[in-house]
Amino acid sequence: MNLKSIHCYILNEYSIVLESSQPVHFSFQQKLWWITENISLNSNIIDVIIGMNNLTVVLNPTNESPSNFLPKLEMLWQQAQLKEFKSREILIPVKYGNQYGPDLNFIAQNSKLSIDEVINIHSNTEYLVYFLGFQPGFAYLEGLSPILATPRRESPRFSVPAGSVGIGGNLTGIYPQKTPGGWNIIGQTNLTLFNPNHFPPTLLQPGDKVRFIPDN
Amino acid sequence: MLYILKASPLCSIQDLGRVGLRSIGITQGGAIDPFSFKIANKLVGNADNCPCIEITLGPVEIEFARDAWISLTGAFYESYLDDKKIYNGWRVKVISGQKLKLNYAIKGMHCYLAIDGGIDVKQVLNGCGTDLNNHFGGYRGRNLQRGDQLKLGKPHFLMKKRGVLLPQKNKFIRVLQGPDFFKFTKENCEKFWRQNWLITNQCNRMGYRLQGNSIEFNNKSEILSHATLPGLIQIPPNGQPIVLMSDAQTTGGYPRFGYIIKADLWKLAQTEINKTVQFYPSNFEEAHRALKKQEIYLSKLEWSLNENRS
Repeated sequence: MNLKSIHCYILNEYSIVLESSQPVHFSFQQKLWWITENISLNSNIIDVIIGMNNLTVVLNPTNESPSNFLPKLEMLWQQAQLKEFKSREILIPVKYGNQYGPDLNFIAQNSKLSIDEVINIHSNTEYLVYFLGFQPGFAYLEGLSPILATPRRESPRFSVPAGSVGIGGNLTGIYPQKTPGGWNIIGQTNLTLFNPNHFPPTLLQPGDKVRFIPDN
Repeated sequence: MLYILKASPLCSIQDLGRVGLRSIGITQGGAIDPFSFKIANKLVGNADNCPCIEITLGPVEIEFARDAWISLTGAFYESYLDDKKIYNGWRVKVISGQKLKLNYAIKGMHCYLAIDGGIDVKQVLNGCGTDLNNHFGGYRGRNLQRGDQLKLGKPHFLMKKRGVLLPQKNKFIRVLQGPDFFKFTKENCEKFWRQNWLITNQCNRMGYRLQGNSIEFNNKSEILSHATLPGLIQIPPNGQPIVLMSDAQTTGGYPRFGYIIKADLWKLAQTEINKTVQFYPSNFEEAHRALKKQEIYLSKLEWSLNENRS
C-alpha cells in the first residue's frame, strides 16, 4: 500500500485521525490493530479508537498538541508496515433457530435456502473482528457470506436478549447486552460477551478470528 | 455516610470519565459538564476527578451522617440546607444530621454536588462514574434511589465558608469543521450557521437532538464507521443535528458536520429544553486558546481557595 492513500489529519483540538482512502482491506485493518497495541497510553495519549479503515488517537490537550503528535502517528504507521499481527481464534457455541433465533426462517426464505443450509453457511465461515464499537464488547465482524445478507427489520425489536446472534445487512454480530435491536436474530450464545468485572472485560478483541459452532 | 431520602430518576455518581477503553466499545462517560464538575470539587478541596453526584432533575433530598463541606455548581436549583437557602458557587458547612434539599432547576440542566473527601465508590474499568446504559460503575451501575446509602471519603480540614465567581454560559457555541463538512453544499452550511437551533426534549447523557430547518446531505460518497467523540455534530438522514455527549457510543456512521470546541461543550450541556443555541465557525487556534483560558480560570480558582485554607 502506498503512502499516498494514507491520510493523517487533525480532527479537533485534542484528536488526530489516520485513515485510508483505499477500499476496506484486511491488511490495512491489521496495521491499525498493530498501531493500537503499540501506542502506550499515558497522561498525553488517553485513548485510541479503531473504525472501519480509520483510527483516531485522543490526546490530553493540556499535555500534547495534535500538530505535535501527527508526525509520531505517521512514524507508527511506517513501523506497522513491517509488523505481523497475531490473531486469536474464538469459538462461539450458538443455539440456532426456535426461541433462540426467531428470524432464522425469514433469513432462509429471503436467501432461498433451507434452514440447515443457512446454519451451515453461517457456521462454516471464519469471521474477523474489524473493530469494537456501539456497545461494550460489540464486534463488527467481517466475512458474512453475501448469500446471507438480509436487510434489517423494518421496525426494531423492543428488546433483544444478551448473546443474540444476528444478521443486519452484510454484517453479522452478537449483542453483548439486552438492547433494542433491528437485526434479524438467528440464534443465541450463552457466552458472556462483556463483563465489567473480568479482565479483559470483553470476550472479543480487534483482530480476533471468530467461528460459530452449532450447539442445538 | 450520606442517605438518599428522595431522588429524581436522573441522578447518578460521575467523575471525569473513563480513558483507554474505547477500542473495546466502552464509552468515555463522566460528568456531562466537566467544567462545573471541576469547580465543585475545587471548592471543597477535592482532586478534580473525585466522584460527585450529577443531578439532572429535581427534587432531591439528602441527609448527611457526618459533618461535611459541600458545594453546588452547574445548574442553579432552588436549594435548602434544612430551612436555610443555599447558593451555587459556595463551600458550605454541613453538620451531621442536616438535610440538603434541591427542588427544581431555575437555570441550567445539570447540577453537581461535591462533598469533601468525595463519594467513596469502587473504580470499575478505569473510572468511578456510572455507565447507565451498560449498568456498571458508580453506585451499583444505576441512578440513585430513595434508601441508597453512600460512603464518603476522608474529610478535609477546611476553615470557613468560601465562594467563587462562577462562569456564565451564553447561547454562542463555537464549532470546528468536521471531516465531512466539505461534502455539504454551501447553502446547507450557511443554513447551519445562520439559524437558532432549538434544544428538544430528546436530550440525554448520550446526545442532544436539535431542531430547526433541515440540513441536507446529498453527497453519495460512502461514510465508513469512525470514532465519535463528545461534541461531534452528526447530521442524520432527517437533517436534524444530533450533538454527542459524554455517554456517546464509541463509533458511528452519520456524516460529521463539525465538532463543538471542548471549552464550549458545557454551555450546550447546560442549555435548557426549548431554549436555542447558535453556532459559530471556529478554528484550532481559537479552540486551544479557549481551553487554555478555562485552565487558567481553574488554576486561579484553586489558588484563591488554597490561600484561605488553614
